Amino acid sequence: MTTIHIGCGAGFANDRPDAGLRLAQDLARRSGRRYLMYELLAERTLAEAQLRKQADPRAGYAARLFDFLQPVLDTCIEAGIPIVTNGGAANPRAAAERLRAELGGRHAGLRIACVLGDDLMGMDRRRLGQWLDLGDPRDELVSANVYSGADGIVRALDEGAAIVLCGRVADPSLAVGPIRHALGWAADDWERMAIATVAGHLLECCTQATGGYFAHPGLKEVPDPANLGCPIAEVAADGRLVITKTAGSGGCVSERTVKEQLLYEVHDPRRYLTPDVVLDLGAARVEAIGADRVAVGGIHGHPRPDTLKGLAGVRGLWFGEAEISYAGAGAVARARLAREILLQRFDLLAPGVQPWIDLAGVASLFNDARGDYLARRLDLAPEVDDVRVRVGLVHRDRALIETLLAEVESLYTNGPAGGGGVRRHIGESIATRDFLIPREAIETRLEWY
Amino acid sequence: MNATVILAEHAHARAGDKGNILSIAVFPLDAAHYEWLRRELTAERVAEHFASRRPARVRRHEIDSLKALNFVLEDALEGGVNRSPGLDRHGKSLSYLLLSMRLPAPG
Repeated sequence: MTTIHIGCGAGFANDRPDAGLRLAQDLARRSGRRYLMYELLAERTLAEAQLRKQADPRAGYAARLFDFLQPVLDTCIEAGIPIVTNGGAANPRAAAERLRAELGGRHAGLRIACVLGDDLMGMDRRRLGQWLDLGDPRDELVSANVYSGADGIVRALDEGAAIVLCGRVADPSLAVGPIRHALGWAADDWERMAIATVAGHLLECCTQATGGYFAHPGLKEVPDPANLGCPIAEVAADGRLVITKTAGSGGCVSERTVKEQLLYEVHDPRRYLTPDVVLDLGAARVEAIGADRVAVGGIHGHPRPDTLKGLAGVRGLWFGEAEISYAGAGAVARARLAREILLQRFDLLAPGVQPWIDLAGVASLFNDARGDYLARRLDLAPEVDDVRVRVGLVHRDRALIETLLAEVESLYTNGPAGGGGVRRHIGESIATRDFLIPREAIETRLEWY
Repeated sequence: MNATVILAEHAHARAGDKGNILSIAVFPLDAAHYEWLRRELTAERVAEHFASRRPARVRRHEIDSLKALNFVLEDALEGGVNRSPGLDRHGKSLSYLLLSMRLPAPG
């Protein structure tokens, strides 16, 4: 029985770059076909990458792409482990050119593929406008991408790619591509595509399947959490799927960690839409079959959707935050007074703007725009020794945000006694807008470097 | 007087976001408590517990084979990661808001 091995070395752009090397070394010791994927994009990342590309045509791939790739390149190339990543982001071609330069004269015959066609910024705006609401004319469209499926990755691997640099592909497709290529599963074998997509879904957030984002002391323990191992999916030709992790690493793969990740960001588990298949987890099963080994079964699939999801990034908003703290006797009362002063000042300076003001220590993460949750917590007369007043603002007018954030700093001399530790920052808030586009409107193509 | 428990003592959960939609998958710590969870952790109770987030709709999906409940709360993220002025723009921490619910104790 043929079994292939797919590891995932990163689950988002700011993941730990050093975990991938131990994963690559583990994969290199295994026999059979092995692949290494890196998932480096979030909803906003592509818009930010487009802005970097506008400023410098040689930029626009994932900012830390080479922090991830450099440590594993030689190991993977020598062991014949293809690398598949969406870290090409807004500029896979520039990533390929940089990769060639990084390799110098080494591995001269190596084939590097760019999977292109997801970037719709070159599409005529009136044509794009059929599917994407271009919205307020003051807004500036900075990115428009379609979540393409695994087709381009399969072709690249079939044609001998050692490294596949994609832009926006659906995260699980980074695994579906290698599985289809290695096991020869048909793109319209929906049951098989569902298994491949589950493998990708369990890998795509990297250590979230192996004990990351999981520990709760006393209830859910995770061994050696500072050295979490990366996940590895073992996929057999008959459709059996096992999730495990880098040998000798920290973390754990248990029924619990796999279940949490299996349903992560899923809405209707019987109808999870991906570009490769409509996934049905309604009868899914997980079973621990050994130390850090969990088998996943009961997965079903239905024909893939006729439309693909697109995501556009739009400029026009700013996000500002400012904070000041109160500690010691009467901390809650003084922080509460600071909040009331700020609300009055904001009402005077910017009527109609609804500021979000938390009292961290009393309520912040669970608070809401109106402060209803905070009000409920304050009614319980909490005794907290150290309270941080936090103001959050999202608005089109950057100068207005600056003015309001300065009001927080003005509490140094105007506010309640003993306030300290003011910090403030403002940054662009790129809004995203999703849309649906027919498959026929998209042309996936490869370029070789 | 019926005894109550904090859900965190009997369940674990993970939250995810897509745009302005919050999803939270919930699992009993002890598989034997799944029927209790199904009975007590209703969509109506979750909607009431999250009232300050003003969700437009709360739906519950049951996956019996995994002993899991998956809640989908529409418009519960104050605009989501790109528009919310809140501290946790993703709503990642809201799994623990759900786990702070008080429910009748398992039998």
